Amino acid sequence: MHAQTVSTEMPASRGIHKLMSKVFRVRPKTATIIAATILLLIVLMAIFAPMIATHDPVELSPANRLQGMSAEHLLGTDAYGRDLFSRVVYGAQVSLTVGLGVAFLCVLIGLPLGLLTGYFRTLDAILMRFMDGLMAIPGILAAIAIVSLTSANLWTLMVAIMVPEIPQIVRLVRSQVLATREEAFVEAAVLMGTPTRTILWRHLMPNTFAPLIVQCTYICAAAILTEATLSFLGVGLSSETPTWGNIMSEGRIYFQLNPSMILWAGLLLSLCILSVNLLGDAARDALDPKMKRREG
Amino acid sequence: MSTENPVLKVDSLVVETDSKDPKQILKGISFEIQPGETLCLVGESGSGKSVSSLTTMGLLPQGALRAAGGRILLDGEDLLQASPKRISELRGSRMAMIFQEPMTALNPVLTVGRQLDEVLACHTSEPANKRRERVLDALEQVHLPDIERMYDSYPHQLSGGQRQRIMIAMALLLKPKLLIADEPTTALDVTTQHQILKLIRELQEKHGTAVLFITHDMGVVADIAHRVCVMHFGVIVEQGEVKQILSNPQKQYTRDLLSAVPSLTPREARALRGPRLVLDVAELVKEYAPPRSLLSWFKKPKAGTKAVNNISFKLYEGRTLGIVGESGSGKSTLARCVMRLIDPTDGVIRVDGQQISGLTAVGLKPHRHRIQMIFQDPYRSLNPRRTVGDSLIEGPMNYGAQREAALGRAAELLQLVGLPADAIDRFPHQFSGGQRQRIAIARALAMEPDVIVADEAVSALDVSVQAQVLALLDDIQERLGIAVLFITHDLRVAAQICDDVLVMQRGKVVEYGPASDVLGNPSAEYTRQLIEVAPGRSWDFANFSPAS
Repeated sequence: MHAQTVSTEMPASRGIHKLMSKVFRVRPKTATIIAATILLLIVLMAIFAPMIATHDPVELSPANRLQGMSAEHLLGTDAYGRDLFSRVVYGAQVSLTVGLGVAFLCVLIGLPLGLLTGYFRTLDAILMRFMDGLMAIPGILAAIAIVSLTSANLWTLMVAIMVPEIPQIVRLVRSQVLATREEAFVEAAVLMGTPTRTILWRHLMPNTFAPLIVQCTYICAAAILTEATLSFLGVGLSSETPTWGNIMSEGRIYFQLNPSMILWAGLLLSLCILSVNLLGDAARDALDPKMKRREG
Repeated sequence: MSTENPVLKVDSLVVETDSKDPKQILKGISFEIQPGETLCLVGESGSGKSVSSLTTMGLLPQGALRAAGGRILLDGEDLLQASPKRISELRGSRMAMIFQEPMTALNPVLTVGRQLDEVLACHTSEPANKRRERVLDALEQVHLPDIERMYDSYPHQLSGGQRQRIMIAMALLLKPKLLIADEPTTALDVTTQHQILKLIRELQEKHGTAVLFITHDMGVVADIAHRVCVMHFGVIVEQGEVKQILSNPQKQYTRDLLSAVPSLTPREARALRGPRLVLDVAELVKEYAPPRSLLSWFKKPKAGTKAVNNISFKLYEGRTLGIVGESGSGKSTLARCVMRLIDPTDGVIRVDGQQISGLTAVGLKPHRHRIQMIFQDPYRSLNPRRTVGDSLIEGPMNYGAQREAALGRAAELLQLVGLPADAIDRFPHQFSGGQRQRIAIARALAMEPDVIVADEAVSALDVSVQAQVLALLDDIQERLGIAVLFITHDLRVAAQICDDVLVMQRGKVVEYGPASDVLGNPSAEYTRQLIEVAPGRSWDFANFSPAS
């Protein structure tokens, strides 16, 4: 079985290698390739969860509670007799949705705010103080507060995780705009009568993309972790929806009986976050203007 | 002369890029320097002159360039074979270097004295008080005032010229036999440049130091060199005594290089083309308010800084007015006020009779296209992510032109500025600096302006490219009758292109009049001084003879 995985993985990783050299225009490091492969597998697992899972992840079966590993239940069952393997597989859906969703929402709101604060100094003075205020609140506490005030569904969860992350995006975009607006080509555009909205859209926004992509990967990783933390603390999604966080939360009482109760969810969570962060590092290296200059 | 032992002997040195298929940057160059001699390496950008000096100092960027052949003998010792430790010993004690940018060559968080002391502490075992004496002596030798205070100053408290003096003091602390100066005066004003060149010469005579002087400026060469090596694409095209190179160059490349140096003698003013007054600036003031803090409520208000102080001038169609001054004279602030990139504090700006000072952004828009700008740095004035065509049609389309029509016009303009028509679909990074400046000119012309403001538009270009761009501007002006406000620190360029000249110092007008009067027969002391210190004043480069 071991030999098999190796032989199937080789061409795949070579394909990824090629793709990534195309995307990033530099030879990726081995760690980057491994991270990309792991992340790809987790994404596939989330997409094809209904096919991979052996049982319905929410099906209760009190007769089979707290069983060990077996052919029927690959990782055993939890305190309600639900199949752990299936729950772990489905858990990837929530984690990835939250990670990508939060990163996307952050850009959707943070990018325009950053562009505006960077260009209009009066707005800057007001809005950035508000952002400073947001940053002063510990992210996890803010998220707990927001979720507690509303019902815990996927949307409120994403909003709760997003709010403390937005100032980071705004500050990043703003700093890029502040630097770029001094460039001669922006002044030339002003002199040619280009309307301000076009200057923002055409000349300033594209320059923020490289650092933005890097920042997004970090936010994605942080969001996955925060979601797991919230679920673990019991303020996340209801335990009916399997997430890696609430699997570990429920399993922690019984993990001496069956280590699988928390081991696999925890392992996948760690791997997922590590991979995203490694990809972020790779993106930063590839998009660094200094590297680009040396390239061509 | 060659019978003596040279301090530095470079023998068929080859430097190439450190990659799979190496590209040669230096293709086997050889030269030598005798004690007490100044050898100038002169060439345009990309000629390999800086790489030669960096190789000598063992400072080639690791992993990017490497020496692939030849020898560099310092006092007979081959530097290419020496260990990194040995090179490090030699740096400072036997050879030293001063760089172009004195702002970045000194550590901003240490006092000047500490940094000089460090050199001695690394290379000698003298006690601290002895070292301090030597440092003070070195500061004295580079003619810095108030040396005790200088010793305890931080770099930001000093001017550019003072910093370069500190760098020279540092380089000469250990009495090296070889001093490498890589464009040491390029970032400085002409007055400061003149003083620094004098200082290098004086110290050289005193200590018998050999100087390898790298420059792109033929004027500086004429002033300081004993011998000259002309470099082009990694090859030494010609070398010899400075007199001989300047008066009787053998190679065509050298002849072209010398002919491209603009003459200091102002050209004849052209006849007035028409009576239309296209730019009228009256009593323009730009004052920067002093920094305010909460405490300033209780204090007497401080006076602001007047970067532009009561400037008036008139520019008629088809004419060129040069604004000349050293850095900090306010010439760029003036240009930005005229362009309404910043708001003037007081005064009137009229473009073709229409007052544009005091207009709001909305009110200004219908008049923006009449006055356009060409910027100094061609690498930053074009959006790197947009094609040349997109950059050219942006302005016309803002004023309602159809895309197809604007593209057609853009193609014509590219032809006018001497670029191929297919340039329209390419990106700025596919062009050289001179070509980009042509694109910037085409972009300005696309707006069909009455006035073009050129802010140091040729300062970043090599002298041969500079000559081409100036000729292009001249030609366009002739054909289209556009007026040009030409801002420059370079008197030579001003003399060649301007009909009228306005000399600025600390925000004020020093002298204003026809170029032939202001530059040919200056009445103000400051103007006279500026002309006097212009490098290579004694030489008429284009005619290969001393200036009359």
